Amino acid sequence: MGITEVAICEAESPSEPKRVVNDMSIQVATVNGSGSQTSNLVLLRAIFQMGIPVSGKNMFPSNIAGLPTWFTIRTSRQGYIGRRKEIDLLVAMNPETVEEDVLSLEPGAAVVYDERLDAKKFRDDLIFYPVPFDKLVAPVCPDAKLRKLVRNMIYVGVVAKLIGVDMDEVEKALRKQFKKKVKAADLNFAAVKAGYEFADKSLVKQDHYWLERMNLNEGKIMIEGNAAAALGAMFAGVTVVTWYPITPSSSLCETLIDYMKRYRIDPETKKATFAIVQCEDELAAVGMVIGAGWAGARSMTATAGPGISLMAEFVGLGYYAEVPGVIFDVQRVGPSTGLPTRTAQGDVLTTGILSHGDTKHPLFFPCSPAECFTMAIEAFDLSEVLQTPVFVMSDLDLGMNIWMSDPFPYPEKPIQRGKVLTAEDLDRLGGFQRYKDVDGDGIGYRTLPGTRHPAAGYFARGSGHDERAIYSEKPDVYVNNMDRLARKWETARRLAPGPVIEEGGDGGIGIIAYGTTHWAVVETLDQLKREQGIEASYCRLRAYPFSDEVIDFIRRHERVYVVEQNRDAQLRGLLRLDIDPGLSKKLRSVRHYDGLPIDARSVTDAIVAQEVEAHRDAPEEVQA
Amino acid sequence: MATTTVPPTPLKKVNRIGLEQVDYKGNKTTLCAGCGHNAISERIIEAFYEMGVEPSRVVKLSGIGCSSKSPAYFLRSAYGFNAVHGRMPSVATGAMLANQHLIAVGVSGDGDTASIGIGQFVHLMRRNLPIIYIIEDNGVYGLTKGQFSATADVGSKLKTGVINDLPPIDTCALAILLGATYVARSFSGDKRQLLALLEGAVAHYGTAMLDVISPCVTFNDHEGSTKSYSYVKDHESPLEDVSFVPFFEDITVDYDPGTTTEITLHDGSRMLLKKLDNDYDPANKSEALRVLTEAHDKNEVVTGLFYVDTKRESFIDQLNLVDEPLATLPESRVRPPKSALDEVMESLR
Repeated sequence: MGITEVAICEAESPSEPKRVVNDMSIQVATVNGSGSQTSNLVLLRAIFQMGIPVSGKNMFPSNIAGLPTWFTIRTSRQGYIGRRKEIDLLVAMNPETVEEDVLSLEPGAAVVYDERLDAKKFRDDLIFYPVPFDKLVAPVCPDAKLRKLVRNMIYVGVVAKLIGVDMDEVEKALRKQFKKKVKAADLNFAAVKAGYEFADKSLVKQDHYWLERMNLNEGKIMIEGNAAAALGAMFAGVTVVTWYPITPSSSLCETLIDYMKRYRIDPETKKATFAIVQCEDELAAVGMVIGAGWAGARSMTATAGPGISLMAEFVGLGYYAEVPGVIFDVQRVGPSTGLPTRTAQGDVLTTGILSHGDTKHPLFFPCSPAECFTMAIEAFDLSEVLQTPVFVMSDLDLGMNIWMSDPFPYPEKPIQRGKVLTAEDLDRLGGFQRYKDVDGDGIGYRTLPGTRHPAAGYFARGSGHDERAIYSEKPDVYVNNMDRLARKWETARRLAPGPVIEEGGDGGIGIIAYGTTHWAVVETLDQLKREQGIEASYCRLRAYPFSDEVIDFIRRHERVYVVEQNRDAQLRGLLRLDIDPGLSKKLRSVRHYDGLPIDARSVTDAIVAQEVEAHRDAPEEVQA
Repeated sequence: MATTTVPPTPLKKVNRIGLEQVDYKGNKTTLCAGCGHNAISERIIEAFYEMGVEPSRVVKLSGIGCSSKSPAYFLRSAYGFNAVHGRMPSVATGAMLANQHLIAVGVSGDGDTASIGIGQFVHLMRRNLPIIYIIEDNGVYGLTKGQFSATADVGSKLKTGVINDLPPIDTCALAILLGATYVARSFSGDKRQLLALLEGAVAHYGTAMLDVISPCVTFNDHEGSTKSYSYVKDHESPLEDVSFVPFFEDITVDYDPGTTTEITLHDGSRMLLKKLDNDYDPANKSEALRVLTEAHDKNEVVTGLFYVDTKRESFIDQLNLVDEPLATLPESRVRPPKSALDEVMESLR
């Protein structure tokens, strides 16, 4: 905790009253199903429109209505958009959690609360702003049935007044949220104003948190990772989409359906240049992906961990039969009931080697909506070039939360469809051998079913086939094929995007991270430097298989912290499969697995603790 | 003097697209001699030859099991895909989505369909995907050496003496109930009926589900089995006399009014169902289900074309796809222009 205290002292100046500008976290605690998501998004968007870097994290239960839900809005003038654990302003609306919510705050935090909850009784070291929600909502919403939904808009107004959110931006954000529903927008904005006016008249500002306009969001968009991945798939030219609903991936396909209906209907014939099928389960979803990929479509599905487990057998067949297909895995916490609506990077190891036999699959690790978009496109190209299933490893935090982003770049490279032979090619070549390594890169040439040529047909099957795709159980034939697949994996290593490396310091400490963990790590790098004088290098992985640059990065550093959001250091496990045992000793691990998005403070604390340990151990090693 | 008489080259018999029957053959079978599945492969070869189907338009799909090996034994130059156990329907569906001009032949077994594959089977039937789905039904698992499958009849006995005491799943009844549009049962030993039913399946556009009783000579052809050659021969009860007239043959068939039901299939071919001792209407779902239920009660193996619906839209039709195969649409038709991306980006600001 020492480190946190240092940070607070630095912000405080003894002579002037503390004024913290554009650097705060607001947490709204409500009941699931009470319409609070709209209120929270209005607040988030209004702050975004003020040009202040902002992020929103929804922590919601697996439930339709009734269970507690929390939404955190973080503003950061430095541009940090990872999660921050410490809450400066709590909006307490949920009687079930108010005590726990209030008790978890640091001294000096502020609480806006429904006066019926009597939040004040739990603490005397916080700033309390009681609000009579029922009294305020009744006059603006005569229809008693709607009040439950509208009353949450009141806190938007209260918070806006307290911290200085521009009401014009609130109105703009609210009208954008309600789109064409003008009456609903009017009603809700009246509630916002009621809250604002109440705060103006009846609350005395005692906290130190303020928002002021900045201009850091020029041209930026706000989008969820799932919507970004959907757009990526559409611009990648996906033609067959199969899916089975599962949190947190459902919105990827649902958004894709909307976009495809809008942009992928042939303008002349009004017919679809795509097929989207909601399947009976994930087994069928991935089976259709494999069937469609085999027959030449750009095919995809989206799922989460339980779906990945179900897809395991088919994905192995895809690897052996060498069929392209893209699978988006929006990762979440483990099996069955419990925390299916919480985030994790929990499928990395199992997906990298999914299925039985010797199987390995390329993985992409997007860290942002922009990468969900670009990597979706790259994944389709890589999958067809390599003729193998490829995974895009998103997570709940990235997929379902709304993020600030630069607008997405239009793809410059033409679509790459890999080695496909046409009837004309076959006329010229006189035939082909499906699984023969003609070019030395481990990738054979394929034909698409329906190619009208007597030599085009072949039989796709699992483990036992020769270069001509003829059934064989001969040991040397099997070994040849497996060795060729290993060569193909080396081609994948060359083609998959390499890491993004930021050199810092003198080669002492390196950090490896991937996906959404990135946002905690960039902040940790600054914290380590500011608070401990440690300059660390950073290697952000973008794909598996790992390129040689990753190995070099590990070689160059004394201690390398692999930071990830799972218990078992899954990515470190994958790294260990690839590197010398000597290098492997350099790898240390920082793991975060409580279901909430990883935060910089936890990472910094964990690294500092291990560094202290390392320095304590070092002299003994010298003595020995 | 040497007048050599050149013997006239015997005219090769070819079908309407100029191919010989041998062009429809596959690799040599590796199944047991006498296996019903080999007879079914023979009928498939004949049916596709007779119908003049271009092999390069055909995709042969299967799951796992003896039955699922058989696509290698017909239509050598077609495209084959040996999928995983019980999940050929999804692969077939994917392939048809990628290219709706393909002709899909799925070959499955009773274990592959009615046990491990029942989930995908029922959803395939619901969708009415254009496919010829053949169950080579022998009531046992062959490759794992003779365990009961879910189509085994109550009281049927294994070689080991084990008696089946669970009711069988009637795949035809299920298929009819769930929306398949051409549903039949036949017997691998009934050449004429099976060929006509297969030709009809080629002419039909939608899910054609054929449950073909196909005795396992190694594990289920003994006394006490209800899927043995002798049992099926003794208990087969054809619903009608089935014959098929392809659209490209100008044949008039005379029959007395009321004796025969004539069904025109999608490509213009006709099924002629000559009534036997009943008054069966193959357009009537509940009638079909009644016949199947009663046959079970009477321990009869009822065969024939149980149900045909030529009106229901296929899954492909419902998706309103462009005419060209999705698989080979050019980039200009699958990647929207930059203006589309700009428009989306603007809406997100």
